[in-house]
Amino acid sequence: MTTVADRPALTLASATEGAHTDPWRGFARGAWCEQIAVRDFINANYTPYAGDAGFLAGPTPRTTAIWARLSEMFPSERERGVYDIDTHVPGSITSHGPGYIDQDLELVVGLQTDAPLKRAMMPNGGWKMVKDALAAYHYDVDPQVEETFTRYRKTHNAGVFDAYTPEIRAARRSHVITGLPDAYGRGRIIGDYRRVALYGVDRLVAGKVADLRALDSRRASEEVIRAREELSEQIRALGELKQMAASYGHDISAPARTAHEAIQWLYFGYLGAVKDQNGAAMSLGRTSTFVDVYLERDLAEGVLTEEQAQELVDDFVIKLRIVRFLRTPAYDELFSGDPTWVTESIGGIGDDGRPLVTRTSFRYLQTLYNLGPAPEPNLTVLWSPRLPEGFKRFCAQVSLDTSAIQYESDEQMRPRFGDDTAIACCVSPMAVGKAMQFFGARVNLAKTLLYAINGGRDEISGAQVGPAGPVLGGSGDDDVLDYDEVRARLDAMMDWLARTYVDALNVIHYMHDKYAYEKLEMALHDSDVHRTMACGIAGLSVAADSLSAIKHARVRPVKDERGLVVDFETTGDFPTYGNDDDRVDEIAVELVEAFMAKVRRNPTYRDAEHTQSVLTITSNVVYGKATGNTPDGRRAGEPFAPGANPMNGRDRHGIVASALSVAKLPFDSAQDGISLTTTVTPAGLGRTRDEQVTNLAGVLDGYMASAGFHMNVNVLDRATLLDAMEHPENYPQLTIRVSGYAVNFVRLTREQQRDVINRTFHEAM
Amino acid sequence: MSADLAVRPEACSTLTGAVHSWDLSTGVDGPGTRFVLFTAGCPLACAYCHNPDTQSMRGGTRHTADEMLARVARYRRFIAASGGGFTISGGEPLLQPAFTTAMLAGGKELGLHTALDTSGALGDRAGDALLDATDLVLLDVKAIDPAIYEDLTRFDLSPTLRFADRLATRGQRVWVRFVLVPGWNDAPEHLERHAAYVASLGNVERVDVLGYHRLGREKYARLGLVDRLEGVDAASPEQVQAAREVFAAAGLYAP
Repeated sequence: MTTVADRPALTLASATEGAHTDPWRGFARGAWCEQIAVRDFINANYTPYAGDAGFLAGPTPRTTAIWARLSEMFPSERERGVYDIDTHVPGSITSHGPGYIDQDLELVVGLQTDAPLKRAMMPNGGWKMVKDALAAYHYDVDPQVEETFTRYRKTHNAGVFDAYTPEIRAARRSHVITGLPDAYGRGRIIGDYRRVALYGVDRLVAGKVADLRALDSRRASEEVIRAREELSEQIRALGELKQMAASYGHDISAPARTAHEAIQWLYFGYLGAVKDQNGAAMSLGRTSTFVDVYLERDLAEGVLTEEQAQELVDDFVIKLRIVRFLRTPAYDELFSGDPTWVTESIGGIGDDGRPLVTRTSFRYLQTLYNLGPAPEPNLTVLWSPRLPEGFKRFCAQVSLDTSAIQYESDEQMRPRFGDDTAIACCVSPMAVGKAMQFFGARVNLAKTLLYAINGGRDEISGAQVGPAGPVLGGSGDDDVLDYDEVRARLDAMMDWLARTYVDALNVIHYMHDKYAYEKLEMALHDSDVHRTMACGIAGLSVAADSLSAIKHARVRPVKDERGLVVDFETTGDFPTYGNDDDRVDEIAVELVEAFMAKVRRNPTYRDAEHTQSVLTITSNVVYGKATGNTPDGRRAGEPFAPGANPMNGRDRHGIVASALSVAKLPFDSAQDGISLTTTVTPAGLGRTRDEQVTNLAGVLDGYMASAGFHMNVNVLDRATLLDAMEHPENYPQLTIRVSGYAVNFVRLTREQQRDVINRTFHEAM
Repeated sequence: MSADLAVRPEACSTLTGAVHSWDLSTGVDGPGTRFVLFTAGCPLACAYCHNPDTQSMRGGTRHTADEMLARVARYRRFIAASGGGFTISGGEPLLQPAFTTAMLAGGKELGLHTALDTSGALGDRAGDALLDATDLVLLDVKAIDPAIYEDLTRFDLSPTLRFADRLATRGQRVWVRFVLVPGWNDAPEHLERHAAYVASLGNVERVDVLGYHRLGREKYARLGLVDRLEGVDAASPEQVQAAREVFAAAGLYAP
């Protein structure tokens, strides 16, 4: 075994030796040499790997030592909510001097602030979020910082509230539109961080300068002025990025010459982004096969061993695991477990039919063994039945062992977005460096149905939120809700909702561009970027089952003294979503299509393309809390099912039938992703481990072949989770997947822990 | 009853069976992810039955074979991709041999791997057409000692042994299932006899030893049934493992 002391030095010494070597030596040349085209570089240079996991290396003592040092800090962070906060210096690309975990041991360097786990304030998104967070964690506000961001420097949050209408505010207050990124960074923008490594910063600056100069002859319309300002900001950000890297002793103006440099350059690009932006999701992109080209070259040149290759990947992943943002406990209620969504997309198939699986795809997953399970980075496998068997089996094995991977259909994405698509956040696909989204959170469809029944009044507060109309149902005993009438009222209510919602999003993204522009992330995009307006819906299964009850059973509304319908007496059976029963699944499909069509009728800021997701993250608990009794029998306050999941316990024919109901939701009406979270016990997959691996890979093949989009796979025993609730100290790394991301189970609120445990466990019959 | 054995395919559309439920399950009723049809009605009254509600045919809903096959066909794509198949289970599928034959033959026509999950107690009713349409028999041999078998199931062991021999003669692929009930069928000499018998058949590819568990016992109270295993503990993982080793020692694959 190699010890820390006698390990061959894998430091910048090797890079210095190669100072005069051609950074692109050995690479097949092509159009990527003339233009910024990382995808073409990968395509021309990667080595597909169809073998198994046998070649992988375990952790080195160095890796273990660094991880152990951080692991000692986690309990205190978990206990207090934060480890530390810099309350004086707001974060920016260059705000903090270099910081280290252990300078002598680190291979990949760079921290968001000057110390690990110390969080930075990023007030451009909103001062209130910063202030509330400081108060919640018992830190004093620096009066000078407060004065700056309340008096001299306007924030995104302040801008948004200047332009919100009373109607938007009411919809927001009543939680029919919710989770809007109006108080913090919007996120879900993936910089193409690979560009930093492949081209070096100077080449990127030259490209942006050329794009800026190309605008010189254009008349100064509002659009052109904005483009010039944004390009100037991007160029400045690239300069700051170089400066930040230089503070760590690295000159990233030129392309990376070794794998070590490639990973370091790539990480600097990402680090710059997370120093500058407290985005809701700060995803990494699709880097493993890109990095593999460099690792393979170094391995071939004999300057790197497999152990060292894995060590570099492990050290990079350690850095990704300690990305932190300063957020409030209220935010944590929505998105529990301190997630950052450092989503990395792995695998998939190339347009030419070759799998994009490389040895480094395995190495990334191997970090879950070398460092133990963890929710971040959010490892996302782009699955296709055409992936090589060895990789499929390794993925299934890692899921069985760690529950830390999610799967998304490469077959749904590649034909639409190309073979260099990555997931932002949970389920949002975008072509890396070519497309970005305006994150739009989601509307509460279950509550909207109640508004349709209550003439636009909120069933809890009684306030008139939506357009006024009659309250449905009289007072007679046989006065049941009529499906056609309810559906027509719902349609009108959804029209109003879509309009109010898109208007709110337009305000948010106008202000975000103005006050909290992602200058570095956008510098790592093509200048003519494709934008989507990513809307979303929550409560789909509640709404579908409720409409099914109204259609197939007898639902009598029960009114209170305010004359509002606050409960329902449902008699008779009705089909429920999640059993592959078309009578109700068609209702769910129709709701998705109808809302998408309505959203599309509303013009968007910067002509963004309308999309939507069926995703809740952990907010299904909060949305449920804010929604009254529903006709499907769900009681007021009860959580919704997460994402596009069927309601807990209503899927009675097993995991596959349940998944196939979800697979019916048309991806073309939900191109921002459809999230399904499944939990299965190991025994529910087969008797032997080999069988379990085969069967889990089989289920994924079957789901993707049946037009499924996303599957979060948890392989867990109920007893383990119950024990972890009682003895969290024994389960510091227990990871579970919730709608679209993963969390440390012990960091969930108790309420969310209960929700996870109560959710259908699919066990052997 | 014997008239039912001669099933003409064209009769399928009207042929009905008593169905308890259906499910898509993975790794429990044959290889891979499978559509499992649970028929209603069983001549046995196993003390450990965890679905006593499937024992009566009257508890089922009548469906035509065509109707159920259309349901199975919906999952053909999924099942083909995942490497699974179709299993008919129960209850006791051989209580309804015509319906079972139609379902298995229909499953084959859909291009699916087919499995029959049976106690073998009504094995005489399984026609050659039925067995020809069956890729794998999951044969539940509940005890090898006739007296223990009768105690456990209230039924005679000999038809099951006759069926097992017939399957062996046909060279049919068989997985044997055995539920280990502490204090009932777990005596070492009984296990060894059991394993020796199963090994002697020569066509058994695998033995699944399942530990008796107490999940579903509350159904007994709800259905007003006497729980003959009142006070019997669930089999421990160690007991199950020990039983597997007995089968393995007889040269059988018992994972």
